[in-house]
Amino acid sequence: MADLALDPRAELNPTLVQGDQSYASLTDTISVITESKPPKQWYYAMAVAIPLAGLLFVCLAYLVTTGIGVWGNNSPVGWGWDITNFVWWIGIGHAGTLISAILFLFRQKWRTSINRAAEAMTLFAVACAGIYPLFHTGRPWRAAYWLFPMPNEPLALWQNFRSPLMWDVFAVSTYATVSALFWYVGLVPDLATLRDRARGLRQRIFGLLSLGWRGSARQWKHYELAYLILAGISTPLVLSVHSIVSFDFATSVIPGWHTTIFPPYFVAGAIFSGFAMVITLMVLARWVYNLQHLITIKHLENMCKVILATGMIVGFAYATEFFIAWYSANQYEKFAFINRAFGPYWWAYWTMITCNVVSPQLFWFKKIRTSIPAMFIIAIFINIGMWFERFVIIATSLHRDFLPSSWGYFSPTWVDIGTFAGTMGLFLTLFLLFLRFLPAIAISEVKGVLHNQFVSNKGGH
Amino acid sequence: MSQFVQINPTTTTGKKYWRSLSQLSGTPEFKQWVEQEFPAGGVDAISSSSRRNLLKLMAASFGLAGLAACRRPVEHILPHSKGVEGLIHGKPLHYATVATVGGAATGLMVETHEGRPTKIEGNEKHPASLGATSAHMQALLLNLYDPDRAKGVKRNGARSSWDEFTAWAKDEFSAAKQGDGSGLRILAEHSSSPSLQSVRNEIARKFPKAQWVEFDSVNFDNPRLGTALAFGQPLEAHYQYDKADVVLALDADFLGLDSQSVLPVKQFSAKRRVSDHNSQINRLYAAESNYSMTGAMADHRLRLRSSDIGALALALATELNIGGALKVLSNASDDKARFVAAVAKDLAAHKGRSIVVAGPRQPREVHALVALVNQALGNTGETVIYTQPVVTAIDSLAAVNQLTSDLNSGQVKTLVVLGGNPVYTLPADLNFAKSMSKAASTVVLTAEENETWAAAQWQLPEAHIFESWGDARALDGTVSIQQPMVAPLYYGKPALEVAAIVAGLENTRAHDIVKSNWSAKWGATAEKSWKQALYNGFIDGTKLETVKPSADAARLFAAIAPALKPAPAGIEIAFFPGHSTWDGRFANNAWMQEAPDPMTKIVWDNPALLSQTTATKLGAVNGTLLTISAAGLKATAPAMVMPGHADDSISLTLGYGRSACGRVGRGVGHRIEGLRGSAAFHIAPATVSNSGATYQLVTTQEHHTLEEPITGKLRPIVLEATMAEYHHHPDHFEHAVHVPEVVNMFEQFEWKGQQWGMAIDLNACTGCNACLVACQAENNIPVVGKDQVRRGREMHWIRLDRYFTGKMDDPQVVNQPMACVQCENAPCESVCPVAATTHSPEGLNDMAYNRCVGTRYCANNCPYKVRRFNFFNWNKNLPESQKMVFNPDVTVRMRGVMEKCNYCVQRIEEKKIEAKANNRAQLKDGDVKSACQQVCPAEAIVFGNINDPQSRVAQMKKQQRDYVLLEELNIKPRTSYLGKLRNPNPELIHG
Repeated sequence: MADLALDPRAELNPTLVQGDQSYASLTDTISVITESKPPKQWYYAMAVAIPLAGLLFVCLAYLVTTGIGVWGNNSPVGWGWDITNFVWWIGIGHAGTLISAILFLFRQKWRTSINRAAEAMTLFAVACAGIYPLFHTGRPWRAAYWLFPMPNEPLALWQNFRSPLMWDVFAVSTYATVSALFWYVGLVPDLATLRDRARGLRQRIFGLLSLGWRGSARQWKHYELAYLILAGISTPLVLSVHSIVSFDFATSVIPGWHTTIFPPYFVAGAIFSGFAMVITLMVLARWVYNLQHLITIKHLENMCKVILATGMIVGFAYATEFFIAWYSANQYEKFAFINRAFGPYWWAYWTMITCNVVSPQLFWFKKIRTSIPAMFIIAIFINIGMWFERFVIIATSLHRDFLPSSWGYFSPTWVDIGTFAGTMGLFLTLFLLFLRFLPAIAISEVKGVLHNQFVSNKGGH
Repeated sequence: MSQFVQINPTTTTGKKYWRSLSQLSGTPEFKQWVEQEFPAGGVDAISSSSRRNLLKLMAASFGLAGLAACRRPVEHILPHSKGVEGLIHGKPLHYATVATVGGAATGLMVETHEGRPTKIEGNEKHPASLGATSAHMQALLLNLYDPDRAKGVKRNGARSSWDEFTAWAKDEFSAAKQGDGSGLRILAEHSSSPSLQSVRNEIARKFPKAQWVEFDSVNFDNPRLGTALAFGQPLEAHYQYDKADVVLALDADFLGLDSQSVLPVKQFSAKRRVSDHNSQINRLYAAESNYSMTGAMADHRLRLRSSDIGALALALATELNIGGALKVLSNASDDKARFVAAVAKDLAAHKGRSIVVAGPRQPREVHALVALVNQALGNTGETVIYTQPVVTAIDSLAAVNQLTSDLNSGQVKTLVVLGGNPVYTLPADLNFAKSMSKAASTVVLTAEENETWAAAQWQLPEAHIFESWGDARALDGTVSIQQPMVAPLYYGKPALEVAAIVAGLENTRAHDIVKSNWSAKWGATAEKSWKQALYNGFIDGTKLETVKPSADAARLFAAIAPALKPAPAGIEIAFFPGHSTWDGRFANNAWMQEAPDPMTKIVWDNPALLSQTTATKLGAVNGTLLTISAAGLKATAPAMVMPGHADDSISLTLGYGRSACGRVGRGVGHRIEGLRGSAAFHIAPATVSNSGATYQLVTTQEHHTLEEPITGKLRPIVLEATMAEYHHHPDHFEHAVHVPEVVNMFEQFEWKGQQWGMAIDLNACTGCNACLVACQAENNIPVVGKDQVRRGREMHWIRLDRYFTGKMDDPQVVNQPMACVQCENAPCESVCPVAATTHSPEGLNDMAYNRCVGTRYCANNCPYKVRRFNFFNWNKNLPESQKMVFNPDVTVRMRGVMEKCNYCVQRIEEKKIEAKANNRAQLKDGDVKSACQQVCPAEAIVFGNINDPQSRVAQMKKQQRDYVLLEELNIKPRTSYLGKLRNPNPELIHG
């Protein structure tokens, strides 16, 4: 880092790729990860991830055969960890699309070395998220029937399109589809690179996946346009998905849920948590695969700045909720928020505040922003804090609503914990497989950045 | 409403009937019946030559005759396996019958579907029911189908049969073997059955020295013994609460478990009903140790140890200057003295229109004094009337003491136990199981394989009341015939038949005994009267005459005053029947176990209730196990702080901790009976220590006040006012909550035609749980067990919210029944993704169970949290017999399905179909009654068409007390509440 500061080029254009990299060395560095035996750490991680993913299937099988009662959900807390986890995972997924689509449109070149992994993360997070609405009914074969907007034939009965849960189905499935397409389109040139380096079956598989990519100028032209269009389609989705997820709560009548601030608040929170997760994963990936020269401190610092900004939006939203509760002069609304902070779930609330509002403030300091251990710890804190945010919104609002007679308390069971840990295992397994078999960094895009650097460094052609 | 099909009036069998119709139709009985059933032209049809009419009649006869084959008159209760003409499948039949509590009868109307009883209602014409029942009576249905009932005759645990028993009994109960019967003892439950009495007489004639002992662990001996003390003869006091303006209840939960029927609630609530702000209501004072439902309804409540009630009564008598005692100057600073002074003044101002009543736990002297006070107040003959008791008035405690000592001394050769569970319920110091083994032969007839069953040689299964014939008297003497509707599921026989076997009667069939007993009295009109009695559910003109006793005040006062000294200081224990278990007989009834205690809201347990002060003194918190000892006996029970409980007093609930019981009740709660000695049967001084161990208690309500925690702000959920406030500000309830004008964004649906709504009068509701259990029976609501209730998954569609108000050591209590309020703008409906909950054009918020996928979003968005989710398949692996309890008109829900109250939509539809079939365009008010409404003894729940201005519900909603919960949400609930009123004595309000 010290040599970076001394490098006069850094003043003009911050280096996004460090070290003496050429196109060939870049291709080699990234491709070789997928071509050779993974490092020991990969196996260690897999040894954790696969049993956890197995636990997910055990828990879900138990749930489906027995009933939702194996979780801690009750009356009045009809949603507990299930929907908390759903919203949390969906939130995690947000950074991927934001990085790939919005930052692309804003020509933020620094996104190139992290966008691939972030997009993959999005997909896997959405997959994990999708498990919850499907399984929280306890009878997923029934839930599947309402997932599809298909009329109930003999009576021609449709789903209830007034229900935010129905909107969720569309929002999340659209998001998953577009994200997958976006990710895949971005992968095509890199898959072709891998194909060209491979032999035998591997070559055939990558040949199939790369859809006949030749790298001709004409293909590049189409590719760039397609990528731009998908970025354009994805951009509103970043805002819409979590807005709609927030409607699950905002359209209800329950104090603590019935809030107009939710859409922007949820979107900010989603980006906040998504970036925290990207940092968590990238820090690990660059350490395991020695990608320090590609995922630089610059990338990580930029993400810390995004976290700081969104973290403050989230903190502001927390304050606004309290202010509005007081300003509304509505007894139930006021109590809902006082109860959050000082009721039986005070610990959850203050965990959330500490993690989400206090800890990101440390990113004001450049030293912390550029310290890998510090940002890793803070990112973990934010992941925890954002989980608690969803838990606080869902459980503390439900556990004490209007009539004191019906008040209750939610405690998770081992199946709740197992299901959550299980989705983490699934996520990790998918991510590790992605690291193992696909180029984790967009080779073609990083080459573009490399090229720009050469241009600027050498004072133009 | 009710429909009674009584076809074959003779005792000829169904088979004969089919063989020779013409012969049969010639009998005068049949003609009579035809006349009754087909008043227009029925009999003419036989004589006329019209082929058409003859065929019509034949068809009717065949159809209805077929019914006879499945019904009792021929004493063959057969399954409908062959199909019966005339019976419309899916159409219920109703049978009038009777159930007893402590011997006193309540008339019932039992709904049966395809030959199996599915729902119990009160008999509207029966004087002790007037259409209502208690929660226990509702739960009798589940007892019928209890898979753990005693099944088949056993001898020392080995399989036997009724034939073997009868053969043995013939020898055992022969004159040769028993002689004059000095070695024969029969221990039975209190009974008012005239037929059983006739068999008893027969036994007495045959074995003059045999003794028949009656015992119930929850009994009403003391009131009767008190009247014996006062008037020289045991009498039954009938309190006319509908005529009293001032009532003082001394440790008497007359609105709850301390009465033998629901009649007091009916009468009391009549005096509590107001139509407008100028109405008057009665005033209720209660002095009691435990917080009872009566205490909750009281306008003033004095918390006082049960053992101090006598002294309080004496102070009151003194204050009223009864018996010539000197008026003691009251010390105005003392709460108790102020209470006594104010009550005395109020009572004196309402002579002839007041009632003083004492609870059955109180000793006979207190009851004698109460009788005296009522006499002095001129209430006797006005608000308190006396009749002869319908059960034998004995000191049953002394009787079982005698019985045990007879057993121990070897005097008893043969012991016959007819019903009950004496090994479990008799005073613990008698060690009855051991004494029982001293008799050479023991015969036990019990409903379940209970503790007594285990100790017997001959083990006989007792038939359920719905399986056997019998009769019983209501408290006022009215006789009802107990008619069965189903053949004994487990080969049981009623006590009457076993008594007949003991008596050596030739015909031991209960039907024949009962019928011949009454036919003898009726003479020529026997058949008609019998049918009439079965149809009505009671026998006209069997009411007992009132007697007008009079007590010699001075003499009596002198005699009883010494017994009414203040009790010594220290902790007392008092025993109470279980709201769920009664005396333990409902221990295996899951509906009752899961019905939350009306006051504590505890399920599946019987904690020792005490005040916060006493708990602090003992170092106990909720769930601390206390070791309680009294008179050499010991028991353990978990402590629970009951706000408003008297200090230095512990209230213990009977009927738990059963060791020999079915799978539901075994080991549930703690056995308090082990502490209940013959010297300390009702109230006793005790020593209590903290064992240090803890125990988990589970309630259905975790927050007990309307005050928010942290902020301490009161929530306007239950609205309350005093009579004075309401009189001066009739709009009190309208202004309790300020709701800004709510604007609708969308065009509102026009609610035309029949629109269902409900009004619940909080002023009448006692929180007795009858609606909760009735709803459970009507709507096939599952039970979930203690652990699941702890997790907040109870399934009751209607719950009784109970809130404390005021000081926590001496609070008042309000009850609020809460079920789905059928919002017009229902928040649950808009959020359901599959439209599984939608609105009907008649204003019902319907559930389509088979559309529900189980997102629980509707429950989350329900501001009243009245939706219930099937977290598991609660109906999995049900025993065959328990499947029979289901109401076939209501879907049994699978796991993953949401459910909730729907105003008994099946009843609405049934009546609509009936009206349509009869070409009636509209239903009349009262045609449809929801299950909760029908059962409610206080008539607090009124349901009907709100678009009909004449309907009762519309009238109720017009009152100024009417309000809806959470009006500001603009969800427009169809259920509204009528604000609660209290009528405090101005003299006791301040200071």
